[in-house]
Amino acid sequence: MLALIPLFPLLGFLFNASFGRRVPKTVSGGVASLVMLASFAVAAMSVWQLAGLPVEERVIDQTLYTWIASGDFVLDLTLRLDPLSAVMILVITGIGSLIHIYSTAYMHDEPDSEYARYFSYLNLFAAFMLVLVLGASFLVLFVGWEGVGLCSYLLIGFWFKKKSASDAGKKAFVVNRIGDYAFILGTLLLFTHFGTLDFRQLADAVAPLPPEATFGTLSIATLLLFIGATGKSAQIPLYVWLPDAMEGPTPVSALIHAATMVTAGVYMIGRTAVVFTHAPDTMLIVAIIGALTALMAGTIGLVQNDIKRVLAYSTVSQLGFMFLAMGMGAFGAGIFHLYTHAFFKALLFLGSGAVIHALHGEQDIRNMGGLKKQLPVTYWTFLIGSLAIAGVPFLSGFFSKDEILFETFAHGHWILWGIGALTSLLTATYMFRLVFLTFHGERREGAIASGSHLHDAPPAMAFVLIVLAIGSVLAGYVGVPHALGGSNLLGAWLEPAFGIMPAAGEEEAGLELMLMAVSSTIALVGIGLAAFIWLKRREIADSMARSFSGLYNLLLNKYYVDEIYDAAIVRPTVVLSTDVLWRGFDVRVVDAAVNGAGTIVGASASMLRRLQTGSVRAYASSLFVGVVLILGYYLWR
Amino acid sequence: MDGWLGVLIMLVLGVGFAAVMIGLSVLLGPKNPTPEKLAPYECGMPAVGDARERHSVKFYLVAMIFLLFDIEIAFLYPWAVALRDLGWPGLMQIVTFFMILSVGYLYVWRKGALDWAPAARARNALRRGPRKAA
Amino acid sequence: MFNSSFDAVVPMLCVTLAALAAMGAEAFRARDEKMPIGGLGIIGLVGAGVACALLWNRNTSSFGVIVADNFGLFVTMVLVIVGILTIMFSSQVLEVDNLPRGEYYALLLFGIAGMMMMATANDLLVVFISLEILSLAVYVLTGIRRDDPRSTEAAFKYFLLGAFSSAFFLYGIAFTYGLTGSTRLDRIGAFLAAQSMSDNPLILVALGLLLVGFAFKISAVPFHMWTPDAYEGAPAIVTGFMSTGVKAAAFAAFARVFLSAFEPFSQQWVPVIWVLAAATMILGTVVGVAQSNLKRMLAYSSIAHGGYLLVGLVAANQIGKAAILFYLLAYAITNLAAFGVIAMLASSNDENEELRDYKGLWHTHPALAAMMTVCLLSLGGLPPTVGFVGKWYIFSAAVSSGYYGLAVIGMLTSVVSVFFYLRVVVMMYMSEREGPEPVRPRIARMGMVALTLSVILIFYLGILPTRVLDYAAESIATIF
Repeated sequence: MLALIPLFPLLGFLFNASFGRRVPKTVSGGVASLVMLASFAVAAMSVWQLAGLPVEERVIDQTLYTWIASGDFVLDLTLRLDPLSAVMILVITGIGSLIHIYSTAYMHDEPDSEYARYFSYLNLFAAFMLVLVLGASFLVLFVGWEGVGLCSYLLIGFWFKKKSASDAGKKAFVVNRIGDYAFILGTLLLFTHFGTLDFRQLADAVAPLPPEATFGTLSIATLLLFIGATGKSAQIPLYVWLPDAMEGPTPVSALIHAATMVTAGVYMIGRTAVVFTHAPDTMLIVAIIGALTALMAGTIGLVQNDIKRVLAYSTVSQLGFMFLAMGMGAFGAGIFHLYTHAFFKALLFLGSGAVIHALHGEQDIRNMGGLKKQLPVTYWTFLIGSLAIAGVPFLSGFFSKDEILFETFAHGHWILWGIGALTSLLTATYMFRLVFLTFHGERREGAIASGSHLHDAPPAMAFVLIVLAIGSVLAGYVGVPHALGGSNLLGAWLEPAFGIMPAAGEEEAGLELMLMAVSSTIALVGIGLAAFIWLKRREIADSMARSFSGLYNLLLNKYYVDEIYDAAIVRPTVVLSTDVLWRGFDVRVVDAAVNGAGTIVGASASMLRRLQTGSVRAYASSLFVGVVLILGYYLWR
Repeated sequence: MDGWLGVLIMLVLGVGFAAVMIGLSVLLGPKNPTPEKLAPYECGMPAVGDARERHSVKFYLVAMIFLLFDIEIAFLYPWAVALRDLGWPGLMQIVTFFMILSVGYLYVWRKGALDWAPAARARNALRRGPRKAA
Repeated sequence: MFNSSFDAVVPMLCVTLAALAAMGAEAFRARDEKMPIGGLGIIGLVGAGVACALLWNRNTSSFGVIVADNFGLFVTMVLVIVGILTIMFSSQVLEVDNLPRGEYYALLLFGIAGMMMMATANDLLVVFISLEILSLAVYVLTGIRRDDPRSTEAAFKYFLLGAFSSAFFLYGIAFTYGLTGSTRLDRIGAFLAAQSMSDNPLILVALGLLLVGFAFKISAVPFHMWTPDAYEGAPAIVTGFMSTGVKAAAFAAFARVFLSAFEPFSQQWVPVIWVLAAATMILGTVVGVAQSNLKRMLAYSSIAHGGYLLVGLVAANQIGKAAILFYLLAYAITNLAAFGVIAMLASSNDENEELRDYKGLWHTHPALAAMMTVCLLSLGGLPPTVGFVGKWYIFSAAVSSGYYGLAVIGMLTSVVSVFFYLRVVVMMYMSEREGPEPVRPRIARMGMVALTLSVILIFYLGILPTRVLDYAAESIATIF
């Protein structure tokens, strides 16, 4: 049963990869969407089945194959459904289905073969992502982990004829490799220590140990795993690939680079929660990195002019929030934010896609404005998404973000809380800057096709936008905190998956309410600030940019991180590999050795082949010499 | 090496005796060759042509088939001797054996390997249509 | 009368009946009549396969000299696969070369029956008889293109040298019988284990002579000289058949004789086989590099593969023994498929088997080129193909038994061998053809089906080998 969930998208991939270019678009797109819906149906049934089990038995295992059995080392290809993966598969198949449907309209201008290629990649991605979250051991997870990396690379570089797109694909691939390397090291370290790759066995082995007071094996292993997560989930220092990944088609950005793949790192930490909680030092590092990433990306997002890049930095920032939660040990809160974020960030990306679609590829918000009238569906849904991400009360983002900030505060990390609160302010501000610049005011000078008739989202896209908007409003209600009279259903559901008791008690309800009031105020202030600057007094923005031109340029150029990496890492590497490794070592040593060996082999070959004369007598005497040698060895030993 | 000494002595004696005998006859025998003595045959007809004549390949084919079936027939003797002990299973086994053989025989026959003369094959060919040689 | 003592021979009975039927059919076939004789053979082989499945784990024996233990049945299964694939590939070859159909299939099936007998034989004399049965069939198959002087020459050389080596083998049997009083493997083993005979030179002579007989059949250096000539002269598909089937059967008997009967003497035979293995791997690979004829190159490659199998025999620990069986299967499928491609590309007057004939194959026959690539990569031992898994297990067995030298030689020669496999791949994809396109026959659908099946198996066993490895391990566990 579980195997069907990733199998459906895989079949879709096989279909579109083999026959896609020979069938009309309706068939290839239809098949791709249908397999996702089928997968969603199976996922929903499986989760229903899981929910029917008693709380402590909520695990469904399915061993597909014993992969490697070498001595004592047995590795099963096992899929496992537990509350954590249940949330993930529902998000992946649910939002994945919607994005597939959206794509059927969005990609419609591509030629047939490209259209099929797009959907085959998308289906393949879904299959790998499902394997990632269903895998019961590090190895199966890693198969999915690498698979989604591959698909991400393929889809970022989907328009590979465009140099920037193929460069961005390569960048994503290389940066992710760095993280993956650390991830493998961490996995191997855990394996050598505990002799298992299975998450459950690992948790059982780690659970009885005391948390590490000093920076020991578990801390190193978890740190390595976390470095892997920073690559996949775009955290400092490996976040640089994600903004560039916006070169891919917009639905891909929504699915892979906002809703699902980039959250794999968060998921992985949740999956190994027991191990992480035994390494408090790493946990603190995770939290700090998360908070810093959130702040840094938020500030960059404030000044970017490309609609998708703003959203990309916003994603990085929100992922930072999730890591902050994970680092605080509030795994439930982190996954909760992952889940709500999937809705509203997918919505925002798809909304931006609708805008770009309507404007025939225009992405610069300076050339937009006043689209509210012409694109009403897009506008209203985008607005709902923005309100949700800003943390306006009683929309989904409010509940999850609030829980994270509360947990941070409750653990006594004032500074981190402060950073988080500041980031919330930034979030509200940059999101509404985006809304106001795009949809309000007048079309600005230099806009392409200005004044021409614009189409709102076609039905398939509008439908998806509306569904996601409803989701963005309602998704948070599965996790209404106790302080507001809710029962935090999601938290209770996830709890057994982490194997850890919740940290915050109920007696702090008053504190929680107070913090909620603070963050709601922050959100509204941020929106107000944005309204004041970009609606009422636009010249303020320009004058601020001028008077703080140093800071403005720093932010506009993304803290020059790409340039620093280029100077500090890329160039030296290139020099090292060209001059030392290639011209020095490879040519002089390796090539010489290989060529030398080749020459020796070739020479001895031409000598030995002379023995093969073709004469039967020679052959028979060779046989006889062999007999004499063997018998001689035995008799005169 | 104890038990082998006798063998060694025997070997040396045997080879030595033969060598000595041949050597003696070469040394002591009178030699006065005449043309008659050097001819291949001292009596009878002198040889005409090369003794290494080419036989028809058919000869070898038939010889081989004969050899095969002859050896198979030889299996019958030990079976016949032990007939009573082997009983019915033995009979079944030898019948199976012969059935297998007869498939081979049938094959050889139908393929025309038993036809000696080209004329007979030509007649066959007329009757059954041209056939590739076996 | 046909009681359970016949159980163990049922698989080879099925094949023999099919062969007899093929002969009978050929005898009564009118000249231009088309008969599905190949189909007959496949039916017989499938029957044998079913019989194997039914006999699995039952450990039956017939007359005390044929034992259908899991080891023998595993090899029999490999032979069934080899047989079916060969027949599927053959249909087109027979058509193009206009070979005598009935004889071809009958000989093929008799050969397979002999191989099956060899794989399950528990008596040195039965090993010898089966060896002769399969050898005679293969000698004739080698020379089945009677109007081709190369084919005839190959068959003649193979026959002469085969007879020569058979004599040594028979001599070894005679010595063994004289010393132990039996030709039954279990009794020999028991006798040798009970008596301490290691100071008796005659038993070592017997051992050496038997070794020579087997080494000839698996073409181990220096008993390999016939191989390149015979493999090159025979029609490609026959080469594929004998490089896989004969090797599988001979190796099965080799392993059985040396790992069960002569197990007490492993101190004596291991160093010799060590040297044979090393020499075989090195010579097969090194000389393979210098070949410009694809068939001859693959002939050397199959010599080298025999060397890898010998490594498994030397490192006969529990992994090593299972590894031999798995490698046999891996090698059989891959090599047969590779020769199948060559066979399908040969036209009636030109075999198209020089390396340069493969230039630009990708442009004219993309599917064939792709599948040939898979086969070559598998032969080279690259993941994710079955060749990689096979080599991996062989070498890990060698390492875990402490034969580091062999493992190192094996890996180095594997690397060198990749060079000449990849050269073919490069030819197929990257070179443009100069001069006229070689005349190629129409590719039969049956052959493509067989090839596709092989490629699927190569990947399946390369990615998910565990199940079959378990079978291999089970098979080994039953006897040694």
